[in-house]
Amino acid sequence: MSASTIDPLDNVLEQPVDSKYVFRSKKGLNEDIIREISARKQEPSWMLEKRLASYDIFRKKPVPTWGPDLSALNFDEIIFYIRPEDYKAMKWEDVPDAIKKTYDALGIPEAEKKYLAGLVAQYESEAVYTNLKKAWDSKGVLFTDMDSAVKEHPDLVKEYFMTKCVPAADNKFAALHGAVWSGGSFVYVPKGVKVDIPLQTYFRMNTKSSGQFEHTLIIVEPGAEVHYIEGCTAPRYSVSSLHSAVVEIFVKDNARARYTTIQNWSTDVYNLNTKRAIVYENGIMEWVGGSMGSGVTMLYPASILRGKGARAEHLNIAFAGKGQYKDTGAKVILAAPDTSASIISKSISKDGGKSVYRGLVRIGSNATGAKAHVECQSLMLDDKSSVDTIPIIEQLTPQSSVGHEATVGKIDEEQLFYLMSRGISRDDAVALVVRGFIEPIAKELPMGYAVELNRLIQLEMKGA
Amino acid sequence: MSLLEIKNLHVEIEGKKIIKGLDLTINPYEVHALMGPNGSGKSTLSYTIMGHPKYKVTDGDILYNGESILNLGVDERARKGIFLGFQYPMEVSGVSVENFLRTAVEAKEKKDVPILAFHKALNKRVEAMSIPQSFLDRYLNEGFSGGEKKRNEILQMAVLLPKFAVLDEIDSGLDIDALRLVSEGINKLIKEDRLSLLLITHYQRILDYIKPQFVHIMVDGKVVKSGGYELAQQLDKMGYEWVKEE
Repeated sequence: MSASTIDPLDNVLEQPVDSKYVFRSKKGLNEDIIREISARKQEPSWMLEKRLASYDIFRKKPVPTWGPDLSALNFDEIIFYIRPEDYKAMKWEDVPDAIKKTYDALGIPEAEKKYLAGLVAQYESEAVYTNLKKAWDSKGVLFTDMDSAVKEHPDLVKEYFMTKCVPAADNKFAALHGAVWSGGSFVYVPKGVKVDIPLQTYFRMNTKSSGQFEHTLIIVEPGAEVHYIEGCTAPRYSVSSLHSAVVEIFVKDNARARYTTIQNWSTDVYNLNTKRAIVYENGIMEWVGGSMGSGVTMLYPASILRGKGARAEHLNIAFAGKGQYKDTGAKVILAAPDTSASIISKSISKDGGKSVYRGLVRIGSNATGAKAHVECQSLMLDDKSSVDTIPIIEQLTPQSSVGHEATVGKIDEEQLFYLMSRGISRDDAVALVVRGFIEPIAKELPMGYAVELNRLIQLEMKGA
Repeated sequence: MSLLEIKNLHVEIEGKKIIKGLDLTINPYEVHALMGPNGSGKSTLSYTIMGHPKYKVTDGDILYNGESILNLGVDERARKGIFLGFQYPMEVSGVSVENFLRTAVEAKEKKDVPILAFHKALNKRVEAMSIPQSFLDRYLNEGFSGGEKKRNEILQMAVLLPKFAVLDEIDSGLDIDALRLVSEGINKLIKEDRLSLLLITHYQRILDYIKPQFVHIMVDGKVVKSGGYELAQQLDKMGYEWVKEE
């Protein structure tokens, strides 16, 4: 890829886009701020109570110490809620130019925007644009921002929101999320409905020390299918910031869900997420993720295979550049007979970046005939970078099988020699090997995202 | 002027002397065969010509078109028209043959190559070589049979059109059909694209298909005997011991 196609994107991403803020909460967190957030959103009282209960748990739970060092994370310095504009745009024309400019920088062509049948774009902490195709309405598919869902579909939200999938008590950041969550997407696919065009969301974070706590709740009823995609980019800032999302997915009997994401938060962001799916009988859950950017990332998408024959596939690529710590992996609980899981995790480390694969596969005592396969591959591009693999496998029934393969390697000099002997420069040869390395994941992404991922990798390889 | 002139070449790998004063001159449009027993330094010579960083030239020079190439990087040598056909081509996972070839052509031409036009031209090329098109979508050498790997080397040569190629035991691991196909590809490049060649081989067999004008025998890091095609035939009958004894 030539420099001219990279530079404009690079420049735009370096500069925050102008935007006016109607409301900006103060730094730090207390009960008053939570009440204010809830009041501004005109939430029903049950949601406020849920927030306050979560806050209570958050205060009691210690910061986890089993992973990356989070001691520099200062909750008093973080802004927990921002509202960009006091309205919601229902038409593309109404979307602020600043946001359109960002989409253009990401190379989303006009034609594709129209092709994208439904698009919920989150700017700052709130969805500003919601457009759902009428055809889906007629099938009963719900795709809206999470704030609206609280008001419009309270029964579904009450039943599924941070109850049985990711309760607030799960971990400190899930609890924090429960207290201050804002924005995100709500997807409901009724029984037997197959949504053939992916549902897409773009996230963007644009203020110093602003936390992003979007919540994604996806319910796929029996026999239904959906592919949900979200991608994030952020301008670069020097003040630490926190992103702590929660994703909850319910895959009912014979249903299928795919969750695809490329995240590219700016390198000063703490990206600490909880993403989990519960999969029922013969359901299929697929996680496809690319984790770029961020300072510290903790991300372990989880699949709880609760029904007989349920299946999970996890594909993840993480890139750790200068000053970045990627602690990522997967968690799969095989809790029923004949369940199966496949985890493929890849990491690239460069310029002193650190990548850790942390994975848990647990095959429960009643999961006879269960099968799990884990494959971790790490590529180090220099001697300054480091890699670690922490795979935990718990096999509680002997009538099951688990396979694990891990490879850690530096880029192969003989491979580079071969490519260079055809006239390819060393830098281009390295880029080619890296692109080949991520190909098994890139090919699972929709075309536009694969191009974007390759572009992001090129940017990172340049050391941008 | 000679195309390639190797003068008093001395090469070490990790402190071990492998090539000990080798001289070899190749003129444009000539085909040379270099034969010799295992460990005589034939592969070392091919890697040294291409510029592998592990091989240290301690004395002598390699001139290409009259200029020393010792200070040039591997990729620079390639872009000047030098090609190395590998005995063991490397596998590069996730990179399709087509993508790799396009990247190499872009490097050579120093400009972006339109994907569609390149795709069409490449399809024609593989068809002419009786290579299935599906070959182009496969990852570079991954899961290729020995014969497929060698044919892939010839395909790369046919696309990049070097002026001078060193083919390091291109015949090793090939059955008779694959050997014939590979040889046909090479002969076509010699005839139509005026390729100059240094063919490194263990066995006389491939020389039945590709007739060299010159044959050199290498023993212990030096060319000990040079001659015409008949030298290879003599060697086939009498073995390397005969050369060593002389």
